[in-house]
Amino acid sequence: MVTTDKPAYKVIGTRPLRPDGIDKVTGRAVYGSDIHLPGTLYGRIKRSPHAHAIIKRINTAKAEALPGVRGVVTAADFGGDPAALPDVSKNILAGDKVLYRGHAVAAVSAISDLIARQACDLIEVEYEVLEPNLDVREAMLAGAPILHPNMRTRTPAGPSENASNVVAHAAVAFGDADKAFAEEDLVVVEIETKTQMVHQGYIEPQATTAMWNPDGHLTVWTCTQGSFPARASISAILGHPISKIKVIPTEIGGGFGGKIAVYLEPVAALLSKKSGKPVKMTMDRVDVFEGTGPTPGTSIRAKLGATKDGKLRAFYADLAYENGAFAGSAANYATMCIAVGYDIEHVKLDAYDVVVNKPRTQDYRAPSSPAAMFAIEQLIDEMAQKLNIDVETLRMQNICKPGTRGPMGMPHQAPGHEECVRQAMNSEHYKSPLEGPNRGRGTASGFWFNVGLRSSVSVTVQPDGNVSLIEGSTDIGGTRASLAMQLAETLGIAYDDVTPTVVDTDSVGYNDVTAGSRVTFGTGMAVYEAGKNVIKEMTARLAPTWQCPAEDITFEGGTFKNADGSKTGTFKEIAQAVVGRGPGLTASGSVNAGFLQGGGFAHAIVDVEVDPETGKVTILRYTAIQDAGTAIHPSYVEGQMQGGAVQGIGWALNEEYYYDDTGRMANSSYLDYRIPTTLDVPMIDTIIVEVPNPLHPFGVRGVGEPGIVPPLAAIANAISHATGVRQTQLPMNPRRILETTNNGK
Amino acid sequence: MSKRIVSATINGEVAEFLVEPYETLLEGLRNDLGLMGSKEGCGNGNCGACNVILNGALVNSCCVLALEANGATVTTIEGIAQGDHLHPIQQSFLENAALQCGICTPGFIVAAKALLDAEPDADEGRIRHYLAGNLCRCTGYDKIVRAVIDARDEMRQPAGTR
Repeated sequence: MVTTDKPAYKVIGTRPLRPDGIDKVTGRAVYGSDIHLPGTLYGRIKRSPHAHAIIKRINTAKAEALPGVRGVVTAADFGGDPAALPDVSKNILAGDKVLYRGHAVAAVSAISDLIARQACDLIEVEYEVLEPNLDVREAMLAGAPILHPNMRTRTPAGPSENASNVVAHAAVAFGDADKAFAEEDLVVVEIETKTQMVHQGYIEPQATTAMWNPDGHLTVWTCTQGSFPARASISAILGHPISKIKVIPTEIGGGFGGKIAVYLEPVAALLSKKSGKPVKMTMDRVDVFEGTGPTPGTSIRAKLGATKDGKLRAFYADLAYENGAFAGSAANYATMCIAVGYDIEHVKLDAYDVVVNKPRTQDYRAPSSPAAMFAIEQLIDEMAQKLNIDVETLRMQNICKPGTRGPMGMPHQAPGHEECVRQAMNSEHYKSPLEGPNRGRGTASGFWFNVGLRSSVSVTVQPDGNVSLIEGSTDIGGTRASLAMQLAETLGIAYDDVTPTVVDTDSVGYNDVTAGSRVTFGTGMAVYEAGKNVIKEMTARLAPTWQCPAEDITFEGGTFKNADGSKTGTFKEIAQAVVGRGPGLTASGSVNAGFLQGGGFAHAIVDVEVDPETGKVTILRYTAIQDAGTAIHPSYVEGQMQGGAVQGIGWALNEEYYYDDTGRMANSSYLDYRIPTTLDVPMIDTIIVEVPNPLHPFGVRGVGEPGIVPPLAAIANAISHATGVRQTQLPMNPRRILETTNNGK
Repeated sequence: MSKRIVSATINGEVAEFLVEPYETLLEGLRNDLGLMGSKEGCGNGNCGACNVILNGALVNSCCVLALEANGATVTTIEGIAQGDHLHPIQQSFLENAALQCGICTPGFIVAAKALLDAEPDADEGRIRHYLAGNLCRCTGYDKIVRAVIDARDEMRQPAGTR
């Protein structure tokens, strides 16, 4: 770990065991499908076999007549305002059209899962099949089949005149890139890339149980990245008051952005209302691949211009992102990441969100950034080759500094890119020569902007001086630990003195999603705030006892002290005195930590070997470098870096939604959509860089996302150095490698 | 078809339960016995989240009929710890931070136990080969493999020196 100057923390930076660990290694932790209430009914979804079709008629009579069936619902049963969340609503039960294979059209509840499945088969749906759009660039052309007749393109100049499959065109320009390319004496490199949809691949399929009480109180147990946003969506779709809905988050078996949107929750609620019984709905793996949101496939055209001595001057990119059936994960995010690692005077970006007949996309770890960096970081590599400069030296020559233009044109405050590349260049990996035939080394950088958003927690001081931490951010990878550590640091107590609990939406203030790398950052700020409020209240209660004004009492390093130092007490001593014998003490912390929150840079060095016979690429060695700001729990920071790296390796080498001409996904199982296994990757070395984030009291940056960004381009660069052929399409699987290197003849 | 009785030794205790003939062992464990620690990630043997040890062999319980467990000995994740003593593999997963979301963890721990019970000297290559049937999407496997290596070393210590 590389540490620049930072305060001497007592708890932050240590590696304690996680509070939920024993439950998770013994099988006791309760996940989405582990909820089982007495009298539970089983719900199943009827899905479309077509990629694009008009629904002429749905006949549910035979299904309803099947013994054991307790209810059938279609989109007509949704009670909400049709204008509220129309895309979400139509995505979870189709209205008059199905827009992708796997699109939900109806749902059934029954006394057993088998009967529910049989009933789905008995639902008759008459379709008028339409031609599907399966390619992002073709869907943009005039004359392409239109998915949504009412859709007009949002452009900087206002909505388009005619119906289009282009949801939005975001145009971003700084300086004058056209002029720079035309008039300056620049060395120019260009690339045209293509990537396919990929799935987050969380191991736990979506699972929900809903119980609609006759008094109108609805309780929903679900494995979600955001219980509060889920509650809001359920409320809007069903037209049911938000205060009558309680969402109880279960443990969550992975998400990576894919468990933000609701799918089953409103449907299970409707089925429960119809039957008066709790209804449990789970997805199987095919449902997850075909019926939830992968991340967009892309088509990107980019060019980069530099002076002969290596000063980057101009960059242009045209980025088209497949949103799937409805407006989804936004290409606009790519414009906030693609060029912010470097000081480039002239930047012009055109980003297009495009609907196609594939599942509605959702965010996936640093959404939009990996594919964008796949383009620009290969151009950086190619520019270095063309100028005959070491690529890391070229990066350092142009690297962003405090004040350099960053995301959305806002100046960077303390960007860690420079330190990441410096540490890469100083690493043992970088300094070790790579020898042997068919081998190559690649490097690349990545960025994700990190959001703050809203969080609330409460802290209760117990009679023995320990504290409980009540939080609403679902814990997807160790945030109970990282939040408890920040509270312990704030209160000057030990990590083990804090007991964190994740609670339901009735039991704590509002919390936004566990996403955007925000929990340790944003909810961490709420924890710090709550801790400060605890101290303030304890000080107020202490003042009469110590017979001095509260202002004269200070709290530092875990100790209360009066003005002349004659009276002191540790947090525990004072807590036992003022709470053990006084009224209860609970303090809360609520923050709105805003949108852009410092951002995080990552970097990677990767060595590959390409088998000229088979085209198979083997990852020989991988080093992940990332700026964590301040690493609260270094083991879980490393875990995020390693996990992101391996997801990126899968994306680079093997993963894709593989479609036939009719829009059928041909590989909707873990056998055919093969994510990396233990055999596909080596140990992932990590270097944590700590350039403190000035926007957080402990200097934290979100660490969840940046690690998935560099590997796509880093591996492409490594393959290109191994084979002499640049890779422009993902995945770089054996077939693609053989085709592009001409060794397959 | 009517339900059948399965009688099996599960985590050291005899259990009798009624199953549908088409029911999987995973469904039987979860729905009939309330042993929710074995997870369903794929339902067709590709992810390993439902791993249990059946008569000494590691199996995907989603690909075994519950009826096949009649008369058998089954160890699930709930049977790995002894009382309040975690198994060295469980302790090693905690200490190595080898879990993030935790959904794959039961399967990995059961698989690692099956391996180390049979091959106490398994090296990293063998561990990676044996665990290739267990998918994890969070960790990148680094800390999982390290946890199993550490547990192997701990388990090889002579009894009494641990």
